[in-house]
Amino acid sequence: MNFVRNSVIPVGTVLIAIVALWYVFAVILNAPFERDQAARANTPITTGQLIANTMAQERPVLPAPHQVAAEIRKTVFDISPTSKRSLVYHGWVTLSSTLLGFALGTLLGILLAIAIVHSRTLDKSLMPWIITSQTVPILAIAPMVIVVLNAVNITGLLPKAMISTYLSFFPVAVGMVKGLRSPEIMHLDLMRTYNASKMQVFWKLRWPASMPYLFTSMKIAVAISLVGAIVGELPTGAVAGIGARLLAGSYYGQTVQIWAALITAALMAAVLVSLIGLIANVVNRRMGVRP
Amino acid sequence: MRRSPLAILAFVLAAAALVLPTGADGPSPVFFATPAILFAAAAVALFVGASTTSLLTLLVLVHIAAYGLIALLGSFTVAGPGIGYWCMVVSAWLLAWLAVQRLAALRLASADAQRLVNLALPVLFGAWLLILWEIVVRGFGVPTILLPPPSMIAARIAGSVPTLWADFQQTFLKAAIAGYVIGCGSGFLAAIIVDRVPFLRRGLLPIGNLVAALPVVGIAPIMVMWFGSYWQSKAAVVVIMTFFPMLVNTVAGLAASGAMERDLMRTYGSSYGQTLLKLRLPAAMPFIFNALKINSTLALIGAIVAEFFGSPIVGMGFRISAEVGRMNVDMVWAEIFVAALAGSLSYGLISLVERGVTFWHPSYRS
Repeated sequence: MNFVRNSVIPVGTVLIAIVALWYVFAVILNAPFERDQAARANTPITTGQLIANTMAQERPVLPAPHQVAAEIRKTVFDISPTSKRSLVYHGWVTLSSTLLGFALGTLLGILLAIAIVHSRTLDKSLMPWIITSQTVPILAIAPMVIVVLNAVNITGLLPKAMISTYLSFFPVAVGMVKGLRSPEIMHLDLMRTYNASKMQVFWKLRWPASMPYLFTSMKIAVAISLVGAIVGELPTGAVAGIGARLLAGSYYGQTVQIWAALITAALMAAVLVSLIGLIANVVNRRMGVRP
Repeated sequence: MRRSPLAILAFVLAAAALVLPTGADGPSPVFFATPAILFAAAAVALFVGASTTSLLTLLVLVHIAAYGLIALLGSFTVAGPGIGYWCMVVSAWLLAWLAVQRLAALRLASADAQRLVNLALPVLFGAWLLILWEIVVRGFGVPTILLPPPSMIAARIAGSVPTLWADFQQTFLKAAIAGYVIGCGSGFLAAIIVDRVPFLRRGLLPIGNLVAALPVVGIAPIMVMWFGSYWQSKAAVVVIMTFFPMLVNTVAGLAASGAMERDLMRTYGSSYGQTLLKLRLPAAMPFIFNALKINSTLALIGAIVAEFFGSPIVGMGFRISAEVGRMNVDMVWAEIFVAALAGSLSYGLISLVERGVTFWHPSYRS
């Protein structure tokens, strides 16, 4: 009951308010075009007709939510997933490179963090660069990576996945360095009194202690992997994927298509992040983290 | 003193380079001096104790050798560098690594000297990354389209300062900064309103957290349609990208002041405004600066990516996508360098301001 009052009702209200605002803006932004049409045709238009028209335009400035929903339903359910016009197909293209890049990036980040934690030299010389690299707009590099790798005949999944890897390994590395260092001195001392080897300290203390940090940074990493995959699809000239849908939509002024792709991307991000949240809960409980 | 295997290997390689063919078109002074200096450096690393003087000697010698190695790159015959040259490269790299290792292990009495060493370590690491990049790319003859050597990028930067400046002005000074200021400002104000109304806080915060994880850059084509292809549309993308991180962080920060302090403010009979200004906003500052830092990177990304969807013929994103199409990869790298510099500098600037504003925070106490 408390859950309903404290989160369902407020979140629901805000969501409804957002949808309502969306409709209002759709009417306001699309109205000039309708008025213009009516003036050209020299037919007076009633307010009711105007509002109805603004929500059913072919290429609206801002499509109404139900238009976007209809577009998503059409491209997800009515068209077979193997067709190039299916959103499932494009979503899968983006998702596969996101996941591949994310997996590689996480692995790389963890390995780098382990190396940094165990080597003072790396810690002092490499770590500042990792932190600096976070301030660099790496995403700007995406088109170059794609085009350059295309030029040497590496095409398809891998170049996009590389961008996702590149983007996702920094947060994981930084988070894991923090996590592997998170055991208290007391615990490390206890391990020493047990005469534990470096491996034992790692597997029995540092690794379990770093789990919450790992999952927090994985949430950031998966979100940014998706962004990387989408941006990586832009320079290839709209071949396949969510990014290609965005680009094609912006070329041909298909706003409904853009919004449908955007909402799909948002849903994918939300599902991926909450999936990692779920896994985090299970793993953290097994690793003995108490809420 | 225990001899490190790194030093032994470096010494063996340097000695081998004295006799193995380097493949360079001799005989020039560099041709003879480089192996000799490298050998001397390896000898210092292996036989002289780990005193500060020997460490400094090693550092100086190994960097002179590195200079020689790069200078040699221009003098190869068609066949490219020989085995002796690569022996020298590996040896120099090992010696540099060894020097960095010894430098990292150094414990200095004076705090200033220690700070200098801590600064020198990443600088050395970065410098060697560049040195090896240059040597490997040019030595192996990697096509410049794949990866241009740093010297080529540097030459391109020096040769096209006016273009780079115009792009920087368009993308950073106009789009990114305008969007950043509006986005952060409105996020901050929204956070204060949200904080005042508990219902909004419970309703808006989960959504804000979600939106902060969404691929907001995707909004770029729509903004370009709405606001045209000039910098205003890029600023709009930046506004939307920076709004939610600011909102979420500020709301979290406003809740960060302790119950004890808030009770104290109440016993003083202070109003909502006074509590906000004198207690809760200062306590929220670390969170706000965190958002400002995240947003400084996001703003640049948003402004650059939005230009991929349409822009006038100036701007960093435009230049990147245009030059990629013409396979002028060195120009792309030059733009990336400018973006990296701008990103790091603005991050550094925000960190400096943060240090001044939140001087009381535990992470700045020494």
